[in-house]
Amino acid sequence: MCLAVPVKIISMDGDCAETEIAGVRRRVNIAMTPEARVGDYVLLHTGFAIAVIDEAEAEETLGILQEIASLSEVH
Amino acid sequence: MKFIDEYRDSRLARGLANRIAQRSTRKITLMEFCGGHTHAILKHGIRQMVPEAVEMRSGPGCPVCVTATADLDKAIALSRLPDVIIATFGDMMRVPGSYSSLQQSKAAGADIRVVYSTMDALELAKANYGRPVIFVGIGFETTAPTIAAAILAARREGIKNFYVLSLGKLTPPVMKALLDADGLRLDGIVCPGHVSVIIGSRPYEFIARDYRVACVISGFEPLDILLSIDKLVEQIEHDRPAVEIAYARGVKPAGNEKAREIMENVFEVADARWRGIGTIPASGLKIRTEYERFDADKAFPVGPEQPLREPEGCRCGDVIRGSAKPVECNLFGKACTPETPVGPCMVSGEGACAAYHQYGLPENLQTL
Repeated sequence: MCLAVPVKIISMDGDCAETEIAGVRRRVNIAMTPEARVGDYVLLHTGFAIAVIDEAEAEETLGILQEIASLSEVH
Repeated sequence: MKFIDEYRDSRLARGLANRIAQRSTRKITLMEFCGGHTHAILKHGIRQMVPEAVEMRSGPGCPVCVTATADLDKAIALSRLPDVIIATFGDMMRVPGSYSSLQQSKAAGADIRVVYSTMDALELAKANYGRPVIFVGIGFETTAPTIAAAILAARREGIKNFYVLSLGKLTPPVMKALLDADGLRLDGIVCPGHVSVIIGSRPYEFIARDYRVACVISGFEPLDILLSIDKLVEQIEHDRPAVEIAYARGVKPAGNEKAREIMENVFEVADARWRGIGTIPASGLKIRTEYERFDADKAFPVGPEQPLREPEGCRCGDVIRGSAKPVECNLFGKACTPETPVGPCMVSGEGACAAYHQYGLPENLQTL
């Protein structure tokens, strides 16, 4: 029930946005993410965007994971 | 898919698993609060990737599972009222109440529709003007703002036949209730990712400070969960409990203020009853007086038709509290299966029993 999936905003019209994930399009309410812009990924939960995904943070986390994996392979 | 596939990389997972194994020196017990985490842990074999010294317990983070039988009975009673349409998330349909389920009520003639979003329920009200549409409003802080948004939209658009049975629940109060209870000793909690998108990291601070239990907010992909376990083990091994975010691409310390504003506009905090736990003070959401014309409890007061009855032998309550594993229930996999569920934990897509049944191999079920 607390499931949320990342979808990409294709276009916006007021509180509604057209989004896409894996070729599937869906209309999403974006009233809770006023900072969302076309091209952003948002977390979609029961028809609503609840967060704009922070791409810089996503990159940073992956960088840390790469580092951990490299260190563990040296040992 | 972006933001999913890269968090399932097996090389990076091995790196994390190695680091957890290096850090871990003693037996600890962690709870993954969220049923979505329980499913991901079993589905991706994470249990087998972390040392046996790290015990994982599933928690109450399954809205369907924690809905009290009395409240489910109420939804079923509402479905029998003349002209009423019940709108509900699909997981609720097959959960057995005291004497019936929503699905059985539908088979007996009640008009019950499964919806994906509260807004679908609102559309149903618009399309059936003159008939009351009652949405069964279960959910934690992730879902509550969406229910509030539907009520605000109903008021804005003057929709008079839309109602909500408010059964919303709050995460930090139930965590406190579990920590205050005797028996279960936790060292760390894998905190729910999407609840935290809304509430942020601050509401968990009392847990690290007052109970000295480590807290890490986790996403739902395998690498997210392994990273969270790594951070928890690090905190516990160094005896430095704190609240950390291991899901920074989705969760900010302050949460989503706009969503909370919508939620707090419509709902106020109230006592709530939880299956297997009982009533917890200030752990639920009720509709504010200002919006009471959308409150199904006010518009359609239904009393219990028959005395409350809990399913015999079902240990869902113990499973919800983390004090029993699904396999410790005598009904698991025998009288209780996904095809013939006795309790909600075997029905819901987030239920721990359903996860163990779906992903646990018979030979290693005892060690999960």
